[in-house]
Amino acid sequence: MQRQQQLEHLARTPNAEHFRHKLASPLYPRDLSILQLNVGKRCSLSCKHCHVEAGPERTEVMSAETFAACLEVQERHRIPTLDITGGSPELNPNLEWFVDRAAPLAQRIILRSNLQLLAQERFRHLIGFFAERGVELVASLPAYTPERADRQRGPGSFETCVRVMRELNQLGYAQPGSGLALNLVHNPVGAFLPGSQASLEQEYRRHLEHHWGVRFNHLFTLTNCPVGRYLEFLIRSGNFEQYMDSLIQSFNPAAVEDLMCRDTLSVAWDGGLYDCDFNQMLDLPVDEQAPSHIRDFDLQALRSRRIAVGNHCFSCTAGAGSSCQGALKTE
Amino acid sequence: MSRDAYYDPADLQDFSNIAEDAPAQGNAFFDYYARALEPGALSEREKALIALTVAAVRHCPYCIDAYTTKCLSLGLSRQEMMEAVHVGASMSAGDVLAHSTQMRKIIDQKEM
Repeated sequence: MQRQQQLEHLARTPNAEHFRHKLASPLYPRDLSILQLNVGKRCSLSCKHCHVEAGPERTEVMSAETFAACLEVQERHRIPTLDITGGSPELNPNLEWFVDRAAPLAQRIILRSNLQLLAQERFRHLIGFFAERGVELVASLPAYTPERADRQRGPGSFETCVRVMRELNQLGYAQPGSGLALNLVHNPVGAFLPGSQASLEQEYRRHLEHHWGVRFNHLFTLTNCPVGRYLEFLIRSGNFEQYMDSLIQSFNPAAVEDLMCRDTLSVAWDGGLYDCDFNQMLDLPVDEQAPSHIRDFDLQALRSRRIAVGNHCFSCTAGAGSSCQGALKTE
Repeated sequence: MSRDAYYDPADLQDFSNIAEDAPAQGNAFFDYYARALEPGALSEREKALIALTVAAVRHCPYCIDAYTTKCLSLGLSRQEMMEAVHVGASMSAGDVLAHSTQMRKIIDQKEM
């Protein structure tokens, strides 16, 4: 679905509610503690909920030049967390070059993976590569049973995930004292909001540890954002209005303070700058007063930018709130 | 407000306002409701399944919608939810049949 069509649909909320009207004041950054790099839309999977609309047929991948510009920013500013996402970051030929140089420059380097490629001979060496550099892995696993996980990601994906998790555990991931974190991401397989993170983490642990013998550190629950394939699913299945209504009815003002866009800057595969990955997919760039490309990075200007918002932002403020680090309010 | 049907999903949006007409009782109910459903000796999942079962037994479409969605959110499967509804269905059948003991007692007392 084209960007304009997506925005038009998002404008059609029940009672013409708009996210902007829910805010007491415009949103501004609190700090810049996470630089999130979307290194490409190529992915080994074509998940039904994917807001990136990633898949094997996509050709957009971050170039060596753009990676170098990100590295230069990191050398200058030492942003505490580098968060690498995609698509499948493993499919970017410049990934190892970048991680090798960036890891010593950040306190925390996160790589988001569907774990599928790490089972393939061509990519298996990356498991050791990540472990040696202390890369935190955040693996998407929408459900703790094969039936439900495969429904979103395709047949066999759950078992592959478990196989790779077992190998990661053997290398120290999610083992006490190793310093190697393996976190999982849950997102609902359907038109509903995620349940409580604590409750779901407990169930994931019970199933994955007891039935499958694999360990992980934490579960991050994510509310599906009505963007990309997920928005198409909502419209096609007749759930759009009710889903938006659930998001709006669950608006939690306390979640606004901790919204991830207040601490994050998102870099697109072509170097474009956005307030978050969702804005990136809707092509809503950062405030025009701020630089729009990583090569023009200016920390002061970016810190004072006004964050671009739309009705898709209701997904980050519903209930306990949602972010790439999971629920915002966990108690 | 829709008048096309007695049951409209949008009606539920007004549920939180029912305390307007009798605040003491309404607020006491909402407080009790929240406390009863929060995790305690039973988990949130167990309570959601009980609530879904009661909703089905009591034929409440609002609650069936709300607690099916809640169960999905908590990762409960279709099979788990269906088994819970069977508990409700069999208990309902059982309580009808258990009342047949009253009938049998009266028959035994009155027949010659």
